Amino acid sequence: MAHAEGQQHAHAQGQQHAHAQGQQHPIGIYLKIWGLLFILSALSYSVDYFHFHGYLRWFLIIVFMLLKAGLIVAVFMHMMWERLALMYAIVVPLLLLMTLVGIGALEADYTFFTRSVFFLKGLF
Amino acid sequence: MTQAIRTKPGEPLPLAEGLDGIVGDWSSDQRAFKNVPWGKAMMWIFLLSDTFIFSSFLISYMTVRMSTTEPWPNPSEVFALTLFGHKIPLILIAIMTFILISSSGTMAMAVKFGYEKNKKITFILLLITAALGATFVGMQAFEWTKLIVEEGVRPWGNPMGAAQFGSAFFMITGFHGTHVSIGVIFLIIVAIKVIRGDLDHQRPGFLTGRKGGYEIVEIMGLYWHFVDLVWVFIFAFFYLW
Repeated sequence: MAHAEGQQHAHAQGQQHAHAQGQQHPIGIYLKIWGLLFILSALSYSVDYFHFHGYLRWFLIIVFMLLKAGLIVAVFMHMMWERLALMYAIVVPLLLLMTLVGIGALEADYTFFTRSVFFLKGLF
Repeated sequence: MTQAIRTKPGEPLPLAEGLDGIVGDWSSDQRAFKNVPWGKAMMWIFLLSDTFIFSSFLISYMTVRMSTTEPWPNPSEVFALTLFGHKIPLILIAIMTFILISSSGTMAMAVKFGYEKNKKITFILLLITAALGATFVGMQAFEWTKLIVEEGVRPWGNPMGAAQFGSAFFMITGFHGTHVSIGVIFLIIVAIKVIRGDLDHQRPGFLTGRKGGYEIVEIMGLYWHFVDLVWVFIFAFFYLW
């Protein structure tokens, strides 16, 4: 829904301005996102400052990271106002990275296992 | 069914909802990325490839960190600074994060004022962005110096633990710092083009001879926000993890 509204917004903006290619949005939205990014950065810093550990720490780090990344791409880089053809061309290939993470993790686990066996420390 | 879409640049184009719109855009046999200047589409594709480069670094960092049998140095302690007699963990990195986010904020506003053809404010905001970027690089130089001289971290080893810490750190932050430095140079170039009025008169640039309007401020902005974006991931995975 938000996306469809964004498209309409961009479209209406495009018709208002004869040049049609400019991304024009009120300055307030940039200031609000700026503030949000500050808050999120402070929160992710406090994860370290207050010594959270284990799964809670990793979960919080990833949540704050993804929120920040999403805000930057969607608003500062204007992705939410672009046409879907561009958005999908950029965002969908990134899913391949999940495969790369998976391969790396498998390989790393195996290397750790063989090193542990070889050096006789860690696992056994 | 999919209709033929006019692709005369510079005019708003009709857009079908959802998947039909994508099929329409991609199959129209002319421009796939409509309503954006070609330079902007190309910048996005460059950023996509750059994302894969940084991801390869971060994933190889993940792989070496998962596979090492030595303990990984605790970044919270390695990057702590003593300020006013207190040892504060990771404080330099936190300040660097806030500086880079602020530069993203000023960049976003520069893009907005650029499209309004407000040369003076765009120029000032671009220079503030460049100054914040240069500050970031300066703090990174300080961080590297401290790490190399005081902590004795080298790409092949360090006194705190796993030897891979140094190589991953210098590779990832070094590549990011290079991106920031190049960004600062280009910010200054774009700022000069703005204040000289090159963009009002579509004067060709000295390097590529390409004529550009105020969309080049936005394209510059895309690069700069990307640098900030990469830092978000480095901050999370390298410093906080």
